[in-house]
Amino acid sequence: MSTHLLAGAAQAPPPGRSEPAVEPLPFVRADPASGLNRLDLVVEGVHCAACIRRIERGLERLGGLASARVNLTTRRLAVAWPGDPGRAGEILAAVEELGYRAVPFDPARLEGGDAAAERELLLCLAVAGFAAGNVMLLAVSVWSGHALGMGEATRTFLHWFQALVALPAVAFAGRPFFRSALAALRRGRTNMDVPIALAVVLAPAASLVETLRGGEHAYFDSAVTLLFFLLIGRYLDRRARGAARAAAARLLALRGQAVTLVAADGTTRPVRPESVPAGATVLVATGERVGVDGTVEDGRSELDTSLVTGETTPRPVGPGSRVFAGTVNLGAPLRLRVDAVGEGTLLAEIVRLVEAAEQRRSRFVVLADRVARLYAPFVHTLAALTLGGWLLAGAGWHGALWAALAVLIITCPCALGLAVPAVQVIAAGRLLRRGVLVKSPTALERFARIDTVVFDKTGTLTTGRMVLEAIEGGTRDDLEAAAELARASRHPLARALAAAAGPGPAARAVEEVPGRGLRRPEPEGEWRLGRRGFAGPAEDDGLPATELWFERPGRPPVRFRFADPLRPDAVEVVAELRARGLELELLSGDRTATVAEVARRLGIARFRAELSPAEKVARLEELARAGRAVMMVGDGLNDAPALAAAAVSLSPADAADIAQTAADAVFQGERLAPAVELLEVARRAERLVRQNIGLSIAYNLCAVPLAVAGLVTPLVAALAMSTSSLLVVGNALRLQWGAR
Amino acid sequence: MSGLLYLIPVALFLGLLGLAAFVWALRSGQFEDLDGAAQRVLLDEDEPEDRPKRG
Repeated sequence: MSTHLLAGAAQAPPPGRSEPAVEPLPFVRADPASGLNRLDLVVEGVHCAACIRRIERGLERLGGLASARVNLTTRRLAVAWPGDPGRAGEILAAVEELGYRAVPFDPARLEGGDAAAERELLLCLAVAGFAAGNVMLLAVSVWSGHALGMGEATRTFLHWFQALVALPAVAFAGRPFFRSALAALRRGRTNMDVPIALAVVLAPAASLVETLRGGEHAYFDSAVTLLFFLLIGRYLDRRARGAARAAAARLLALRGQAVTLVAADGTTRPVRPESVPAGATVLVATGERVGVDGTVEDGRSELDTSLVTGETTPRPVGPGSRVFAGTVNLGAPLRLRVDAVGEGTLLAEIVRLVEAAEQRRSRFVVLADRVARLYAPFVHTLAALTLGGWLLAGAGWHGALWAALAVLIITCPCALGLAVPAVQVIAAGRLLRRGVLVKSPTALERFARIDTVVFDKTGTLTTGRMVLEAIEGGTRDDLEAAAELARASRHPLARALAAAAGPGPAARAVEEVPGRGLRRPEPEGEWRLGRRGFAGPAEDDGLPATELWFERPGRPPVRFRFADPLRPDAVEVVAELRARGLELELLSGDRTATVAEVARRLGIARFRAELSPAEKVARLEELARAGRAVMMVGDGLNDAPALAAAAVSLSPADAADIAQTAADAVFQGERLAPAVELLEVARRAERLVRQNIGLSIAYNLCAVPLAVAGLVTPLVAALAMSTSSLLVVGNALRLQWGAR
Repeated sequence: MSGLLYLIPVALFLGLLGLAAFVWALRSGQFEDLDGAAQRVLLDEDEPEDRPKRG
C-alpha cells in the first residue's frame, strides 16, 4: 500500500502548493479569426504594478506567446498564443510558480454579457453628453432671443440645427430605455422606463412639428439633457452592480479545485470532484483540502475541520474515520474511499442550504424600486388627465399635447434614477477604502435596518489561529527546546509554539507521528512533544487538543496551553454595537465551555454552542419570525447557510470561499472595526436616499402644477430638471464628508 | 448673422471630433482596466529584463 502511495505521490501535483490546479485545457478557446488559443485566468493576490510586471514578464520569458495581459480591475489574466493548445498547463504552472494562485474560467459563463452592456451604456452616455452640450448651446441662444427679439428666421434656423443633433442622438442614446420599456409593455406591464421613453420620443417629435410650423418653443434640449442625466444614473448603477457581481464571480471561480484520483493500477490523475465515482479511492496530500466525503482507508493524520464545524482544534483521524469535503489535511497523506460525491456531500448540502436561504432573501425590494412601482402609473394618469383636461377646456390639440408633454418631461425621474445610484456608488467607494467590499446592490439598505447582530465565534470574533497562552511547569528554556522540535512540523499548534519562541534552530532527525506528536532520539532518551498520552500524562482523554506536552528524560513534563485569541478590537466593537442599541448573540459550532468563555469576555449575554449549520439557520429563522432584522457575521463553511439566511451578512476576507460568496459584504484585515463603519455608512446612505427621494417628490409637487397649468416653457423645464438633479447629487456627495 | 451659417457647423464638427476620439478609446479597450492603467504608469518599459532587484 505504501509503495502505491509513493508512486502516486510522485505524479500528484508538486507538494507545497496547497490546492492543486484545475486542469486548464478544457478552458482554452480557439479564436478562428486570429488563429490564436485564448485562455482566461482568475488570478489571486494581484494588487499593484509590481504584480502586473512580474506576471507579464514571467510569461514573456516562456516565449512563443502572442500576448499576456493582466487586468487589475477584474484580477484576471488573458493569455493568447499560437499553435499547441496544450501549452495551457505550462502557462498555468508558470503563473503559480510566480506565487499567484490562478484558476482558469470561461468568461462567457462568468460574465453573461455584463461588460458589453456597460460599454454600450458608456457609449450612449458619451453621445447624449455631446448632444446635450451642443443642443443646450443653441437652446440658450433661442431663449435669450426670446428676450432680445430674435427674428423668426434665425430662431427656426437654430431649431433646425438642434433637431439635426438631437434626433439622431435620442435615437441612439435612448435605446437602453426603449428596449426596457418595450419589454415591459410586451408583458403587459409598465415600468419607470415607459414614461421616460414616452417623454424622450414625444418631446423631439412634437418639437419637430413645432419647428416645421416656425413655432416659438422646442423641447430638443430637454430630451437630450434628460437622457444624459438618466444615463449617468444608469451607468453608475450598472457599475456598482457590475463590481459587486464581479467580486462574487471571482470568489465562485476560485472555488474550483481538483481531487487526486487513484486508478486501479495505482496511477493518479487530477480530476474534477464531481466526476469522482462513489467507492473510488482518492489521495489527499499534506496541506491539501479534501474534495469529497469519504472514509479513511489508509494513513493517520489530523484534519483542520474549522471550516466545516467551526472547531478550532485539529481532529485526529485514522483508518475508518469519516472525513468531509472542505476540511484540510494537516498531517500525513491520506487515502480515502469516496462515500459521497457531488450532490451527496456535506459541502453540497451546505450549498443547497445557502441557495434556499438566498431565494428567501431575494424577495427584498429596495425603497427606490417600491417608489418606482407607484411612480409610472401616477405619471401616465397625470399626463393623460392633463391632455383630457385641456381638450375639455377647449385648448385645442396643440396646446393640450404641449401641456401633457411638459408634464412628462417635468416628472421624469432624474432624482430617482440618478441620486440613488450616486449614493450607492459613493458609499461603496468609501467602504472599499476602509477594506469593506459590498457585494450585493441591495445590501446597504438592509444593513441600515438591522436591530440584531449574530456572531460566529471561530475566525470571526477570534482570529481563528492558535496562540500560546501559558507554559505550565516549565520556563522559557523549555519553550526554546520544544520549539526546536516544533519548527519541523506544519501542525498549527507546533507552528504557534514556534511563533511564540521566535526564530531559532530547527532540530534534525525529528520524526512526526501523525495525530500524536513529534519525537527526537537523544543520547539520554527521547524528546517528545505532542498530545496528552504521547507525552506527559499517560491517559489520553480523546478530546481535541488545545495543549501540547513536552517531555525530556529526567525532567518533569511541561504543558503548553493554547487559545484562539479574540480579534484585537473585538471587545471595543462589541461594546460599540451594544451602545448603538443592537441585540447581540453568539452562535457557534464549538464546544460549550469555549463559547461560554468568549461570550463572558465580550459581555455577550446570549450564546448557543455545538450548533450544526441547520440549527444556526433555524435560530436565525426563529429571530426573523420574532420580527428581528438580523445581521450575521461569520466565516466558516458551517456559517454559509446562516449567512445566506440572515437579513444581511458580513464575512471576513480570510473566510471560506463559500462563506464569502454567501455574505453580502466582505471585510479585510485583522480588525473587526469595519463592521461598525459599515453600519454607520449604511445608515447615513439610507438617510441620504430617503432625503433624495423626498427632495424629488417635493420638486415634483412644485413643478407639476405649473406643467399641468401649461405654464412650463422649455427654459423652465431645463432649469427645473438641472437644479433638481444637481441638488440630489450634491446631497449624495455629503456622504463623502466626514470620511476621515 | 450669416457667420452662424458656418460657425455652428464648425463648432459641431469639433465636438464630433471629441466624441469620435472617445468612441475610439472605448472601442480599443482603454476603459476596461482603469485600476491597472493607473498602476501601469509606474512601470518602466525600457528596464532590462533580467536586472537583479535591489532594495
